[in-house]
Amino acid sequence: MSSISDVQIDHDDHHHAPPKGLMRWVLTTNHKDIGSMYLWFSFAMFLTGGAMAMVIRAELFQPGLQFVEPNFFNQMTTVHGLIMVFGAVMPAFTGLANWLIPMMIGAPDMALPRMNNWSFWILPFAFAILLASLFMEGGGPNFGWTFYAPLSTTYAPDSVALFVFSVHIMGISSIMGAINVIVTIMNMRAPGMTYMKLPLFVWTWLITAFLLIAVMPVLAGVVTMVLTDKFFGTSFFDAAGGGDPVLFQHIFWFFGHPEVYIMILPSFGIISAIVPAFSRKKLFGYASMVYATASIAGLSFIVWAHHMFTTGMPVQAELFFMYCTMLISVPTGVKVFNWVATMWRGAISFETPMLFALAFIVLFTIGGFSGLMLAITPVDFQYHDTYFVVAHFHYVLVSGAIFSIMAACYFWLPKWTGKMYDEGLAKLHFWCSLISVNVLFFPMHFLGLGGMPRRIPDYALQFADVNAIVSLGGFAFGLSQLIFLAVVIKCIRSGEPATAKPWEGAEGLEWDLLPAKAPYHSFSTPPEVK
Amino acid sequence: MSQAHDNYYVPAQSIWPIVGAVGLFLIASGAGFTVQQLDSEQGWGVWVLSLGVVVIIAMLFGWFGNVIQESMSGLYSEQMDRSFRQGMSWFIFSEVMFFAAFFGALFYARMIAVPWLGGASNNAMTAEVLWPEFEAIWPLIKTPDGTTTQAMGWMGLPLINTLILVTSSITLHFAHVGMEKDQRKPLKLWLFITLVLGFAFLVLQVEEYIHAYQEMGLTLDSGIYGNTFFLLTGFHGMHVTLGVIILTVMFLRILKGHFTGKQHFGFMAASWYWHFVDVVWLLLFVFVYIL
Repeated sequence: MSSISDVQIDHDDHHHAPPKGLMRWVLTTNHKDIGSMYLWFSFAMFLTGGAMAMVIRAELFQPGLQFVEPNFFNQMTTVHGLIMVFGAVMPAFTGLANWLIPMMIGAPDMALPRMNNWSFWILPFAFAILLASLFMEGGGPNFGWTFYAPLSTTYAPDSVALFVFSVHIMGISSIMGAINVIVTIMNMRAPGMTYMKLPLFVWTWLITAFLLIAVMPVLAGVVTMVLTDKFFGTSFFDAAGGGDPVLFQHIFWFFGHPEVYIMILPSFGIISAIVPAFSRKKLFGYASMVYATASIAGLSFIVWAHHMFTTGMPVQAELFFMYCTMLISVPTGVKVFNWVATMWRGAISFETPMLFALAFIVLFTIGGFSGLMLAITPVDFQYHDTYFVVAHFHYVLVSGAIFSIMAACYFWLPKWTGKMYDEGLAKLHFWCSLISVNVLFFPMHFLGLGGMPRRIPDYALQFADVNAIVSLGGFAFGLSQLIFLAVVIKCIRSGEPATAKPWEGAEGLEWDLLPAKAPYHSFSTPPEVK
Repeated sequence: MSQAHDNYYVPAQSIWPIVGAVGLFLIASGAGFTVQQLDSEQGWGVWVLSLGVVVIIAMLFGWFGNVIQESMSGLYSEQMDRSFRQGMSWFIFSEVMFFAAFFGALFYARMIAVPWLGGASNNAMTAEVLWPEFEAIWPLIKTPDGTTTQAMGWMGLPLINTLILVTSSITLHFAHVGMEKDQRKPLKLWLFITLVLGFAFLVLQVEEYIHAYQEMGLTLDSGIYGNTFFLLTGFHGMHVTLGVIILTVMFLRILKGHFTGKQHFGFMAASWYWHFVDVVWLLLFVFVYIL
């Protein structure tokens, strides 16, 4: 607790150097410290969720039941999904936002630094509760990360109560983080940093933050209804009491579809920073990028029921959601076009961030196209709940979101640490990841088209060979990520000193105005932006 | 945007966020265990939950205490005031979306789920085979599985409560005007009247719940009508309770001489929150009670 005099002393000397020891991290209000904690937490969760994926792939290596019980298999698919969505991808983006947005807009810190600390520190507790529920009597959540009723109500284990409350905390954390980002961007920009001068990463996060504030409360609402249905005798999702299980899906996907853009819009911002830097050209079509991002966000609110084509809707509604969904490919196409046009006749070099960005553009587009296929109502009847869907969303989330996060880490590591990473080792990480991710997810398309259902621990014999290949790709992808850990640790401990602007084509306040290692407080007076 | 900042103000480290994180952890896990133990003999979950509530209350006192001290000693700039205002607005927007989820459930139940159960759309045969007796009406006083209840009318208590809450919004506005003109007497008077109205609303709401449970057989588990009724009015009631607590704190701070006509973010945030709660009630009154 700080009395007034402490506060004034701190205020006067601006506490330039970080305090020492563990309490620095527990009490910090510094956006860089909090950003680092988000990123490390995200990586820890990435490995945890990844370990669960390894269990899934080990079980699916051969037909029949080898290693785990079906109920445990279900818990693995469920918690793998929850951890990767809420524990790995979202915190990684929030960590990047914390590190980068204040530097990019010329602000001293986030607008609400103490709330920033709170938003981070409730996350580890939320995941402690979620993971602990795996060890409870009756097991942890086993109803899929989408927790459809009545799997999560009538047929759920008792630990669903812990699941509900841990999701509440994750939601509170995301909402506070998003409020902080949005207020920082709206209120803390340096003089002259007008909206249409903002780097695209800042723009995409502004829109992402809006989506988060709009839909995380809806998630809180739907988990609350699950809780009351399970424990307090309500029947929101039970036809016998006048409710409807399909109601669950409507509310969930009203949250869920904007949620998938929450996990990809910041990627667009990252790629829009990296591609121009290594093409040594300005980004093609800046304004159209901003409008495309906003259009995608707007459309995300009216497409949710494309996840539910097979669950009961009038045909007119299915057509509406089909056309709206296909409409999203227009602004997304604008983005991909702009990235390619940025590279056109550029002096391209292929350092690791650029390699990941290029892989992102190609693989995310594949994921986008399979999404377009899934959007077509009549064919979705065949693809629904098969491995085709699994292939689709892993292409956009792993080789999309995760690859962009990797690209961002390599791109900004020199600014974060003041040191260069080992380019050779990083390239090894890239090529291992690129090959294994395709061995892992591309054959899943064929499994799905062949009719293999998702979330089942056993399968028909004709799928055996392809599943074995997929599993090998999975193990290879999992191991490859340990190289990433090695690169980061080596960079921090013994990297070569970096220059203030290690990428000659890079643009932005963080490269132009700050030294090689960004100081603990970047801007104590606002820079002038021309 | 006026950019009149000289040196940025970066607040000092604080112990309160981590205290709050531990508090939320205790509340969440405690609530989880409490709910699981509803039908069992064990009851220690409640103790974890209560401990969490105590920790959070301590955190609120400590954290707000710090902020008030810092604000009173003039550490805050105009820019920070804007940050607080914008943060509060976005928080209220998130609350709007929270209620939207429950209103969405209500509209879906009324427009789709219940008519479909009665055979609308292409469900004629399903209704005939599963629940031939079922009548699709709203308020749904008899569910498909036969639970019966009564509908809550809008005359009487709900109407009185609506008048009370609307009046309280108006009196709070008068208080706000008093604050802005630095007229402390009308400020205190109008705020006090607002508080009395807020308490009155809560008392009457409890009265209504007792009436519903004991005389009407309208309970939380009496089908989708009771579900939506109690979750919507219940969450609204919780927000009114929080609003009354916040306004009480504001009243005590005003008695101590806090705030000026130009600087009164805390009071303004409280008043925004109260108006928001009032608007939610008006929607509730229309869609839950009248229609």
